[in-house]
Amino acid sequence: MEMETIKLTIDNKTVEVPKGTTINKAAKELGIDIPVLCYMELKDLCIENKPAGCRICVVEVQGRRNLAPSCATKCEEGMVVKTHTTRVLNARRTVMEFILSDHPKECLICAKSGNCELQSMAHQLGIKEIPGQEIAAMSTYKKDTSPSIIRDQDKCILCRRCEMMCNEVQTVGALSAVNRGFMATVAPAFEQNLEHSTCTYCGQCVAVCPTGALTEVDNTPDVLRALADPSKTVIVQTAPAVRAALGEMFGMEPGTLVTGKMVTALRALGFDYVFDTDFAADLTIMEEGTELLDRLTRHLNGDKTARLPILTSCCPGWVNFFEEYFPDLKDVPSTAKSPQQMFGAIAKTYFADKIKIDRKDLVVVSIMPCLAKKYECQRDEFSVDGNRDVDFSISTRELASFIKQANLDLNNLEEGEFDAPLGESTGAGVIFGATGGVIEAAVRTAYELHTAKKLDRLDFTELRGLEGVRSATIDFNGLPINIGIAHGLGNARKLLNDVRAGKSLFHAIEVMACPGGCIGGGGQPLHHGNSEIIKARAAAIYREDKQKPLRKSHENPFIIKLYEEFLGKPNSEKAHHLLHTHYFDKKKKIIVKQ
Amino acid sequence: MSSIKIELRQEDVNKIREICTSFKNDPQELINVLHKCQEHFGYLPAEVQEVISNELVVPVAKVYGVVTFYSFFTMTPKGKHPISICMGTACYVRGAEKVLEEFKKELGLQVGQTSADGKFSLSSLRCVGACGLAPVVMVGDKTYGRVAPDDVRNIIKEYE
Repeated sequence: MEMETIKLTIDNKTVEVPKGTTINKAAKELGIDIPVLCYMELKDLCIENKPAGCRICVVEVQGRRNLAPSCATKCEEGMVVKTHTTRVLNARRTVMEFILSDHPKECLICAKSGNCELQSMAHQLGIKEIPGQEIAAMSTYKKDTSPSIIRDQDKCILCRRCEMMCNEVQTVGALSAVNRGFMATVAPAFEQNLEHSTCTYCGQCVAVCPTGALTEVDNTPDVLRALADPSKTVIVQTAPAVRAALGEMFGMEPGTLVTGKMVTALRALGFDYVFDTDFAADLTIMEEGTELLDRLTRHLNGDKTARLPILTSCCPGWVNFFEEYFPDLKDVPSTAKSPQQMFGAIAKTYFADKIKIDRKDLVVVSIMPCLAKKYECQRDEFSVDGNRDVDFSISTRELASFIKQANLDLNNLEEGEFDAPLGESTGAGVIFGATGGVIEAAVRTAYELHTAKKLDRLDFTELRGLEGVRSATIDFNGLPINIGIAHGLGNARKLLNDVRAGKSLFHAIEVMACPGGCIGGGGQPLHHGNSEIIKARAAAIYREDKQKPLRKSHENPFIIKLYEEFLGKPNSEKAHHLLHTHYFDKKKKIIVKQ
Repeated sequence: MSSIKIELRQEDVNKIREICTSFKNDPQELINVLHKCQEHFGYLPAEVQEVISNELVVPVAKVYGVVTFYSFFTMTPKGKHPISICMGTACYVRGAEKVLEEFKKELGLQVGQTSADGKFSLSSLRCVGACGLAPVVMVGDKTYGRVAPDDVRNIIKEYE
């Protein structure tokens, strides 16, 4: 069937678009870029925010009395649209003046300065003064600081992107528009702090906030203090997704790999050892893969206590999510700690012993694409006598800011190499950064361990891509293994509901809280609604995997050595003690008063 | 992460469940459920919203969002004699604001507050459909028309 199309004129140019297309998208076809503020679309991830709230994108439609919001107005046959008449430009300016009249003017010291969509729009519309500002009232809200995220609602412009992310995409429901009129804002229930809400700290609200209303907790001062302390040995681990995105903040094309330059920058910043979370990712595969094979074998032998599917447990936002919404299933996920925490546990035992220092004199810093990692490293169970396994976690954005503070130009740095022994990794560790990567890495190892045969291919393209829920069956030498993948917590919820209902046919499921996986994490450089950036980062991750001489976790010589020298076997008692964890029921309880 | 415990009496929980069930636990019926619950409890404290959220499977932030959006819903208990002053257009132009000021002064209350003894609460609303009687004041179910600031003291006296 042929799609019904509509012909219309925008700025005297004719365009033909499918029925249902908005004016804004039709204009894009003609290369006309109508400014938008509250509107945001991540096309490849099927995410769209279209509340028609800010009215910056208004256009004039011939024969229509009022200006039309182009983001939400559908094209009609024969429509005549003008996108930059005097009336339109004046309306946009007035809208902007109203928004700015209730917005703090502290741009110089705002966390979003230079990367703020409101600031750019004010600049684009040429706003130089705000009439009536001296008499205009400002609404004020209390600042809310959680372990990962800072909410400063004075800077909220009610675009409601965060609310859409939190509710529609993530189905977490921690944030909602509350109150009305002047006091309207976006907040958790009863305007309590995030810490007391159902927030998972996935940070997707931060990733889409156009202003400084939602930002990450800045831990770079903590890291700087540790580096300046001569009594401390400070080591750093970098997550796979960081190297595929950091360059963007130094003007490089999205998808540029900066692994070597990043290592040099970290060394220049003063870290004593520059290590790789990818090493711990390989370790995760050894533990999680062994656990999968163990559960699978027991299940095949009729052991009813062996629960399948096994769920991955690398993602702290996802762990927070199931502890809150699926506590009844808390024995289903793998007990393996996340790579960040495995790294911390090994660094503060095995490595501290090797360099003969006390764990209290060793500071472990992680560079993560993630904000939930800040919360994760603060969990009680990841400390020994109050000393954290991972002391501080900073995001890709914070690292970029740190590098800039030190006046280093990433573009012109030499390529460095990670230090041994915790810096050595395989391609399997690298692909943890993209959705589907963890399970692909697990398949590469579990297949060879289970069948005792060499894989004849390493690229499981059927596990890759950006579709929200994916599935594939991998033949383990005659044994079909059903694999499910979900990224974005709303998609994870769908698979979890099946598991709860006993309808899931999967043996293993990978879940990542953020759309796209870690490459789309809440701590990554801002995509400003361009999903091409996320695709480019994924491509970079798979490129790095392809370049690696070793691409299977169990072939990492330093992992083999770690087991020989220290851990014994995967899932050994020592491995369990250091590399595995347990989960908690965090669902709100209704207590009946006596 | 949430860790707050919600405390309610069993009969209260049962009542909320009964109301939700009467609307087939349909999230689309949230506003109706809130109306019924406010009718029963007199107001909508956080605990009640938490139970509604659980029953209808709607995030409690959304429930709170609806409660704070509609001025009819309240999270503070109403007084025994709730006083509402209409601030709709007709009442407003005929001096409702002065009447409201007089109530505030006489009762020592702001809009949305309840007196310490629980006797009176003060609220403003938009149009009760009795514009011919403007300005209009309601005390409980009783309507007073053409109210002047001088009448305020006598109205309050009726309930003391």
